[in-house]
Amino acid sequence: MLEHDVLVIGAGLAGMRAAIAAKAGGADTAIISKVHPVRSHSNAAQGGINAALIDRGDNWEDHAYDTVKGSDFLGDQDAIEVMCQSAGTSLIDMEHMGVTFNRDDAGRLGTRAFGGQRRARTFFVGDFTGQAMLHVMFEQLIKSGVRSYEEWFVTGLVQEDGQVCGVTALEIRTGQVYAIRAKTVIFCTGGLGRVFEPSTNALIVTGDGIALAYNAGARLMDMEMVQYHPTTLAGSGVLISEAARGEGAYLLDKNGDRFMEKYAPNMMELASRDVVSRAEQTEINAGNGVDGCMLLDCRHLGADLIQEKLSQIREIGIDLMGIDMVNQPIPIRPGMHYIMGGIKTDVDGLTNLPGVYAAGECACVSVHGGNRLGANSLLDTIVFGERSGNHAAQASREIEYVDFDVDAVVDRERERIQDMLDRPNNDDRVAAVRLGMGQSMNANLAVYRNQAGMQETLSDLAELQERYAKIPVDNKGRVFNTDLVFALELGFMLDCAQTIAVSALDRQDSRGAQSRTDFPNRDDENWMKHVVVTKGEGGPDISYLPVTVTQWIPEERKY
Amino acid sequence: MEVTLRIRRYDPESNRPESYWQEFAVSLEGNATVLDALIKVREEVDGTLSLRCSCRSSICGSCAVRINGQAGLACKMQAADAVGPDGAIVVEPPGVMPVVKDLVVDFKPFWDKIREVEPYLQPQGEEPEGEYLASNESMLHLSGVTSCIMCGACVSDCTVLEVDPTFLGPAALAKAYRFTADPRDGDEEGVSKERLEKLSEVTGMWDCTRCSECVQVCPKGVAPMDRIMALRDQAMEAGLTDNNGSRHATAFTESVAHSGWLDELQLTVKSVGAGNVPALLGFAPVGLRALARGKMPPIIHKSIENVDGIRKLAEKLEDPEPE
Repeated sequence: MLEHDVLVIGAGLAGMRAAIAAKAGGADTAIISKVHPVRSHSNAAQGGINAALIDRGDNWEDHAYDTVKGSDFLGDQDAIEVMCQSAGTSLIDMEHMGVTFNRDDAGRLGTRAFGGQRRARTFFVGDFTGQAMLHVMFEQLIKSGVRSYEEWFVTGLVQEDGQVCGVTALEIRTGQVYAIRAKTVIFCTGGLGRVFEPSTNALIVTGDGIALAYNAGARLMDMEMVQYHPTTLAGSGVLISEAARGEGAYLLDKNGDRFMEKYAPNMMELASRDVVSRAEQTEINAGNGVDGCMLLDCRHLGADLIQEKLSQIREIGIDLMGIDMVNQPIPIRPGMHYIMGGIKTDVDGLTNLPGVYAAGECACVSVHGGNRLGANSLLDTIVFGERSGNHAAQASREIEYVDFDVDAVVDRERERIQDMLDRPNNDDRVAAVRLGMGQSMNANLAVYRNQAGMQETLSDLAELQERYAKIPVDNKGRVFNTDLVFALELGFMLDCAQTIAVSALDRQDSRGAQSRTDFPNRDDENWMKHVVVTKGEGGPDISYLPVTVTQWIPEERKY
Repeated sequence: MEVTLRIRRYDPESNRPESYWQEFAVSLEGNATVLDALIKVREEVDGTLSLRCSCRSSICGSCAVRINGQAGLACKMQAADAVGPDGAIVVEPPGVMPVVKDLVVDFKPFWDKIREVEPYLQPQGEEPEGEYLASNESMLHLSGVTSCIMCGACVSDCTVLEVDPTFLGPAALAKAYRFTADPRDGDEEGVSKERLEKLSEVTGMWDCTRCSECVQVCPKGVAPMDRIMALRDQAMEAGLTDNNGSRHATAFTESVAHSGWLDELQLTVKSVGAGNVPALLGFAPVGLRALARGKMPPIIHKSIENVDGIRKLAEKLEDPEPE
């Protein structure tokens, strides 16, 4: 019997941080991930990690205020305070583990400027900070001795009398189905980017954990808050780091003018992401772009700076577009990047389901509210990953394993999967359903939204759900059947898509990443509250939670 | 753009599990990558094709395959640039590691070797309260190595691993260098002597033959072989010279500095150690074969003409004068 005190699902930064903390806290800990840990999407964080270091004359309150303002006053200020107060320690911990952060002339950690913040407090490794941190966290995972189930795909949660007591999982390599018993489960499964097409997100980012938790009764919060990143590459939609603008790059329209002057005269290109993406979309809609894109101009930064600090995005431009940003502006546009919402947790990662935790992008604490600041996501992963791991280790001492009939559970799951494999061919394809979903979401739940569009997407999703129920799987084999994994992921994605659309439709104001053309203003009187969605008998149920305000009263947001 | 993909397939569950070639014609956008082409096959034509892929931007390391015989990331190469003379893009699983299915290989041997180098920072001194102070140059230098994404391209095409699976290999050795070159790792001076000792053993840094394949195929510019050479310098500087590799390097340099060319007989003797009779006897068959084919180096090793020039050069290398 496979059983663990603490079972962490997902092995990105939050997951590995949680597992290392839980193990250090004395718990029998395991981590399970559908990909090898270093393939996780934390890799793709490019620009850096925010922290206010006192010895640099910075202080956490300033960081917290910038975060609150960035969230368009939807973030919970008590949680934001926890994150910003812990940032310095968490950052130094990462440095001690071995991250090769860039330095200043005195040999201390160096900073760069980032969007929505009044001072430079973003620490970085070139433009591959996430990858550098992820690999170091993996080194620490090896050192910790945590049991790691690599390329195991969690297909379901096991519940007895409402208590989550384990998971079912598919070992991708062999096609075997297992049940793993756990006293506590920590979801660190990342975001859901592939629900949209295009997205900056990796192909593995399919909202598995968010959907699993939702279907088990967890509350999802702020699901309408989807971040469109201002600089995603034309075509493939891959990310071009905000670090470019942090280092001084310009955004230009077709006439070569810095259009951000009209929208954010003080912060210009470094306004918060929602503001910059909205500005771009407005300009593109007005016909001031070039082939549906705006231009990111790095030429004045010089080849040396670009090579030292922006080398990865330079390569991406060359590899994918044949454009070298040293000599030429890159065509960019707003693209789906991040979900601020997720599984509702407290500051220790606890959800409304006993024994179930969440941390990282799949969670909603809520520290990002309506809009996440660049370089706060890496911080979120390590701060709340660690806190969840600590809490789960502690809690698991008081919890007994819940017994369940392992054979029956495994048989049932195996049968469900076999039924999918046995479906007759009907000329429909997983990829076609996924594309339909992604395009509909990107058409109607992007930078600008309105009621009719979102209703159209909801009806699209209902139709796609019907197709999904009959979707055939080409590959009938057991060994490394990625076809089957995609089919299972698509089910998770469709559930996520619905929760986003119903939440967005419900919120009748414009705040942070949600801009409704039919409700263009922020309405604090009626809508300064979190939209919560839970799974009801007949579909998603909406409820609300108050926003926690500690010291910053909502004000008009200007950059 | 129409392209043909010729893909090496393998299904361990078929009645006769043997690898075979299969061709697919796909139509692509102009900037499409080889990965886009593979995904197109998988999503629109044949869902049984298995491959690993995720980020599409050369950072997750999942999609290393062999394209036209050389390892690389499928997401980093544009399909148009990968079309061979016969109009096809040839895609195979990476080499060295056992194939699981189609383009998916078993990375266990890869990760086992990474684990073998104890891949985590091991500072010996006391931890500072704040960050370790270090020069930006030292961190930038390390970042050139930590930008390794563990895709396995170097391991796939390593000519030593192909014949000697015990070799630690380019990825693990580059990973090891990332620590030995880190001013925070090891003693107060940043010297990681224990690591260097282990890495100097057989299967370690001295087993690289300097073929440079890993440097060529690395998609991230990590240049593993250069890191292995730097490891050798570090080891010798740390006084770890009592091994064949180190003796070989020294004998090589001395021979050239002294006579202007290589004294192959002495090289062998000096490398294994003159007193090491069993090892020297082990070379007897090689010697006899060389003799039979007229390839035996001369017993008496004479200096080349104008050897003085070489000697001066060697002296300068040993003790370079400031300009």
